[in-house]
Amino acid sequence: MEILNSFILIANYIIIPGLTYGSQLALGALGITIVYTVLRFSNFAHGEFMSFGTMSTILLTWVFIDSNIKFGTFPTAIIVLPLSIIFTIIYCLLIDKFVFKFYRQQKSKSVIALIVSIGVMFFTGGLIRFIIGPGDKNFMDGERFILKAKDFKMLTGLNEGLTIKSTQGVTIILSIILVILLFWFLNKTKTGKSMRAYSDNQELALLSGINPERIVLITWIITGTLACVAGTLYGLDKSYKPFTYLHLVLPIFAAAIVGGVGNPIGAIIGGFVISFSELLITFAYKKFFFYILPDNFLPDGLLQILSTDYKIAVSFIILVLVLLIKPTGIYKGKIIE
Amino acid sequence: MQDKQHIILLFLSMFILISFVGFFQSWNLALTIFNLCIISSIMSLGINIQWGNAGIVNFGVMGFAALGGLANIIVSMPPTAKAWDAGAIFIPFGIIIFIISIISSILVWLKSGLSTKKKYIINFFLIILGYFLMRYIIDPPIKAIEAIDPAKTGYLGGLALPVIISWPIGGLLAALIAYFIGKISLGLRSDYLAIATLGISEIIIYILKNEDWLSRGVKNVNGLPRPVPYEIDLQSEPWVLELTKFFNIPVSEISSIIVKLSYSCIFLVILIGILLLLEIAQKSPWGRMMRAIRDNEVSANAMGKDIKTRHLQVFIIGSAIIGIAGAMLTTLDGQFTPVTYQPLRFTFLIWIMVIIGGSGNNYGSIIGGFLIWFFWVQSEPLGLWFISQITSHISDTNIIKSHLLENAAHIRLMFMGTILLITLRFAPKGLIPEVKR
Amino acid sequence: MYLLHGKNITCGYDTVDILTECTVGVKKGEIASIVGPNGAGKSTAMKSIFGLLKIRLGKIFLDNEDITNLLPQERVLKGMGYVPQTNNIFPTLSVQENLEMGAFIQHEDFSDILDYVYDLFPVLKEKRNQQAGELSGGQRQQVAVGRALMTKPKVLMLDEPSAGVSPIVMESLFQKIVEIAQQGTAVLMVEQNAKQALEISDLGFVLNQGRNLYTDTGKALLLNKDVRQAFLGG
Repeated sequence: MEILNSFILIANYIIIPGLTYGSQLALGALGITIVYTVLRFSNFAHGEFMSFGTMSTILLTWVFIDSNIKFGTFPTAIIVLPLSIIFTIIYCLLIDKFVFKFYRQQKSKSVIALIVSIGVMFFTGGLIRFIIGPGDKNFMDGERFILKAKDFKMLTGLNEGLTIKSTQGVTIILSIILVILLFWFLNKTKTGKSMRAYSDNQELALLSGINPERIVLITWIITGTLACVAGTLYGLDKSYKPFTYLHLVLPIFAAAIVGGVGNPIGAIIGGFVISFSELLITFAYKKFFFYILPDNFLPDGLLQILSTDYKIAVSFIILVLVLLIKPTGIYKGKIIE
Repeated sequence: MQDKQHIILLFLSMFILISFVGFFQSWNLALTIFNLCIISSIMSLGINIQWGNAGIVNFGVMGFAALGGLANIIVSMPPTAKAWDAGAIFIPFGIIIFIISIISSILVWLKSGLSTKKKYIINFFLIILGYFLMRYIIDPPIKAIEAIDPAKTGYLGGLALPVIISWPIGGLLAALIAYFIGKISLGLRSDYLAIATLGISEIIIYILKNEDWLSRGVKNVNGLPRPVPYEIDLQSEPWVLELTKFFNIPVSEISSIIVKLSYSCIFLVILIGILLLLEIAQKSPWGRMMRAIRDNEVSANAMGKDIKTRHLQVFIIGSAIIGIAGAMLTTLDGQFTPVTYQPLRFTFLIWIMVIIGGSGNNYGSIIGGFLIWFFWVQSEPLGLWFISQITSHISDTNIIKSHLLENAAHIRLMFMGTILLITLRFAPKGLIPEVKR
Repeated sequence: MYLLHGKNITCGYDTVDILTECTVGVKKGEIASIVGPNGAGKSTAMKSIFGLLKIRLGKIFLDNEDITNLLPQERVLKGMGYVPQTNNIFPTLSVQENLEMGAFIQHEDFSDILDYVYDLFPVLKEKRNQQAGELSGGQRQQVAVGRALMTKPKVLMLDEPSAGVSPIVMESLFQKIVEIAQQGTAVLMVEQNAKQALEISDLGFVLNQGRNLYTDTGKALLLNKDVRQAFLGG
């Protein structure tokens, strides 16, 4: 019984939140990885693209709620997602047309494109704050819980409760669907294969008759989709504040690099490595040991490796460590000069 | 000759811009902007020597500036007497133990002939052991220190020395940290280096935010001593009163202008000093070699020039300059507030200054620092004015209008992004291009 | 009559001419080799014929059609296949995907050509689901040649096919090249290993400093005393 209690404790505070946050990071990291491999630069504006997508979702959610369009207990934000994805894609394409395209044609160094993406980051960040304001926005409606702690305790008779929020369930399911679709596209369709070919060897892709402009278009469609979904899921789960999305860029880069930049599987693994390390390192194990150790063996203190204040810093520490020890990441990624 | 005129013209226009603020808004505000312009310029100089001369992408401005701020506390605040009784001496002792465990794990990594798997396992346990040993040693004294009158102190305090000493100390502190960061990360490719330095600077801020015994964390350190007189003391000086009569403005305003002017003078001296040193360095063989390495890393390497050492030198120097500027900023503010260190304001804004001013040109970085800071501050009122102009025909009760006016301040982010993008596209060399020497 | 004919080509980088009035070509079902010392302009000749390098003077014909002003991709459609010297595969794509990318511009069913390539290089069929970048040097060259064959080209152009592979692998690769030519595809190649290349060639072009020095059958060139002394090491 005690063992079961301790397991539920871990599931409730580490496994479910870890899977949720990990999925959000993984979707973000996939976006960064795809831009990196196909367009060959580190896109610092990706966090703001996510923010833009979330903002579109929020605005559309408001419109739907105002017009009394409801879908039972299902979150409206998920219903409007296809529309806000389209808005995000259009925004990405506009930015590409007016900003990034020029540097691609000039064959600029990737570090110049990186600095350009910082300009885009500023611009987009300003635009978003201008439209929706800098404040906190909660746009989750519908049923809040899939499983409540109280019900779980009643059901099982355990001391520890297990809670699954709807946002957590939605995040995990939607991420799985999106990732399966993405891998199907990349590995099974002709367009997906040509996109991988283009990222592998641009010259040879051109010789093979692959149209680069089409590849770029598809890259932004995928990036916009991933950014919008990742941003919306994060915003639903936590809450939306434009400011936090700027800070999300670094954990996402961490996930992409830890997994091996340029490798989609790596990006997903990286997302979960980051999310679980954050939780495992900052979790207070006192209660856990309370269940599995005899009373007189229980040490003092919270039994925490690092205080929760350092939660996000953990991702930076892992990032720096990986860069120093194995810059190619867990799964060997691409190194683009 | 053309170039010199161009530079003088730019500085003159900048001067006129700031004077406009003096005439139309207030001289107090003009001087506030001017002082922060100088600090921004010095930070830009620090980035410029790294990026403009050596092609190093340092996104860690925020961290180095904060280290400069920390130097203010360490140097100038009075020591917390009881803290040393509480066992403060154990803290450096514990940290040294952790550092020893890290160093020995590095030695195991580099020198021992074990298999990679064994190395990972040994290092993992070495570091875990060092970490928990450190925690075991330092946790009790930290708890005790943080309990000492937490509303006022609760930290170690400083050495109670004149605050101006903290500026060079801030530079040294930044240089020391830059040495370690550079040593481990300069081999990375430019965008990885950018991300690594950004990550490290975030870690530095997290430490300053959370280690209350060192910096009081989010409780901030207020009331840092000043290198210049206090307004309240000036207000009773006869010569100040006479000035008040002469200019016919309130004594509170004139005293504050005098304080700000004294800061301006000290800052200007430092700015000019750093500028001259950098100019000399760039004209020297050392500077020429630096640019040779930047322009053609491969052939410079083949010529036997030690790129790594050179890059490390330039990384340390640039970071030290940022540390000095960071220390000056905290002194000017009179308080150390870790939460104000944001990458947008400290790292990316400085980068915009360098790019717009002209990468590789010190005068460019200065003008970039002035111009961008000026617009960073002034685009808020400008944005408000702009929005109220275009919405002037809409009634005041309109929701859209009030919403636009409310968020007008955020136009400045869009504005900064736009001028960065326009510069990169149409004038990638910046306002004052690099001089081909 | 040449199937692919580069006639009096003059071209180079910036203002420096690398090739001067150079003529090379290959007939249907034959193998032609361009040989010569380092810096003779062999690779430049290949690049200019394939349209990767703009030529200043001269004309290029394929099947009597003037293709001088076509883009490389358009030349692929006209029936030219090109294997660059380096970076000639997609390393993270599987072997089969590499071949599919070779047939990217073909919209019809290409399973018969795929079978042909797999028959020619059985090892590729064996490793068709493996990442091309993980293969050995010789196998990678096979992927590269196979990829170029996927459009059923009339002419296959190979830039130093034996670069970086062992002598044994080179020999079997040359054997495959002979097989390809026997199937009716003309092969024009540039080779560092002049002797081995001329042995399988119907026609050889010896270039020096961007000019035609000798043009003769492979056998005749191998017997030519001057050529042997100057370029074949005796």
